[in-house]
Amino acid sequence: MLKVKDLNAYYGKSHILQGVNFNVNEGEIVSLLGRNGVGRSTTIKTIMGEVPPHGSIEFRGEEIAGMKEHEIANRGLGYVPENRDVFAGLTVRQNLILGIKDMKKEGRWKMEDMFDMFPNLKQRADVDAGVLSGGEQQMLTMCRTLMGDPDLVMIDEPTEGLAPKIVTQVAELLSEIARRGVSILLVEQKLAIALKISHRLYVMGHGHMVYEGTPDELKENEQVRKEWLEV
Amino acid sequence: MFELIFFSLLNGIVTGLLLFMLASGLTLIFSMMGVLNFAHASFYMLGAYVAYTISLYLGFWVGLIVAPLVVGVLGAVVERYGLRHVHRWGHVAELIFTFGLAFLIEEIVQFIWGKDTKAYHEPEILQFPLFTFFGQNFPAYKAFMLLISIGIFIALLLVLTRSRIGLIIQAAITRPNMTAMLGHNVPLVFMGVFGMGCALAGLAGVIAGPALGTFPGMAVVLGSIVFVIVVVGGLGSLGGAFIASLLIGLLQTFAIALDYSVSDILVAFNITTDAESAFRDLWTLSLPQIAPILPYLLLVLILIFRPTGLFGKRES
Repeated sequence: MLKVKDLNAYYGKSHILQGVNFNVNEGEIVSLLGRNGVGRSTTIKTIMGEVPPHGSIEFRGEEIAGMKEHEIANRGLGYVPENRDVFAGLTVRQNLILGIKDMKKEGRWKMEDMFDMFPNLKQRADVDAGVLSGGEQQMLTMCRTLMGDPDLVMIDEPTEGLAPKIVTQVAELLSEIARRGVSILLVEQKLAIALKISHRLYVMGHGHMVYEGTPDELKENEQVRKEWLEV
Repeated sequence: MFELIFFSLLNGIVTGLLLFMLASGLTLIFSMMGVLNFAHASFYMLGAYVAYTISLYLGFWVGLIVAPLVVGVLGAVVERYGLRHVHRWGHVAELIFTFGLAFLIEEIVQFIWGKDTKAYHEPEILQFPLFTFFGQNFPAYKAFMLLISIGIFIALLLVLTRSRIGLIIQAAITRPNMTAMLGHNVPLVFMGVFGMGCALAGLAGVIAGPALGTFPGMAVVLGSIVFVIVVVGGLGSLGGAFIASLLIGLLQTFAIALDYSVSDILVAFNITTDAESAFRDLWTLSLPQIAPILPYLLLVLILIFRPTGLFGKRES
């Protein structure tokens, strides 16, 4: 579904991604692991066109490297940013409406689905998104992306800074997304969640992939965990 | 006195709403692109001239519809093939571009239509006094200007707050990258808003041309006032632009209508002035004389005491 080959990216003169190779298959949950600053978020931003890509990014057999952000999104890629990029001056409902790409097309997700999963969002549907708690904003950002009915959703650090109860809710939502046939590329700091829900995992180090395996294989590979993941 | 207040109030609102038609586009464009479009008032002038030419062949009403559309399309073309390319060189380059464009449009207008004031008049159907109050007439055309301005204000408000495209515009203003990553074509939205802003300026020109005159300096006359409005209201604030437009419209019309001098005001406080003193020119200055500088005086005061404008937000 998504094939990334020899992907390089730069911030000014800094060479951040140094030949990244990986793929995500249909219906799969794939996690990108690694310490801070190894280029996991930059990988997602480069796929979405926010950072200029050098290399090949294929989505459903089509080369998307070099396309504009909205063209990439309209091909079925969804992106949930790390910084909970809600439209603070708009209400929760308006934020969700903004996620819909085509009002005439019926997608996998409806606003009621979001409100059923997260009653808090329903209660605060007509409240400005800027006054929501961090957890609620995280839920809203994920739900907003899902309203666009993506086939593959890339989620950057969804549990960062959230209370344990909210983390559980996020994990449940991730499982629900996968149940509805949507592939997930997850950037996650919390190893436990990634090991629990992923089909495959990649570990990044120094701007490229240093390990690929299943959760069981990674659990058994103490050397990789010590060298590339543990602080 | 009552009729003076009544008519000044009406005229002030007419002027204020006309100014808002210009300022709304300018402030929306600033919100989205972060650039003050110095050529904005030139599109207002183009609206008047294009409508004048159309009115010669097809009448006023066709000009009222077609001229804003022509100006809007021109604005969109300027954004797409000019400003968008200059954007990569930063805001200074954009400012210089719009500054140059203002000169270019003025020269083109003079080249095509000449330097004289054009005989662009209100339609015959509106050439009558709507009502007479204390012996003073209120022209039907001014009421028409008022209606058009209010209609545009309501339409703009509804589009921005109640429609999906309005939501996308609001989102693109605050977080263009995130909006694009949700699948919305932000460059197209920018072009549309720029075109719509120019069309609104053009419409203001179409209806102001017969009332205020259609001449090559009309952009300069109103252009600087519109910048004052956008700064006083708060850069990027549509609500601020609305309040500031009305404020400056009323300020100007009341200042022209109230024939008081500085010495008249001082007398009210039991202060007499010496007619032979070195300051006699200052004491005899009347409000109508200083009316043109009052908006700029307000601008200076706002910049000193509230630099963000009435409703502007300080950038973090």
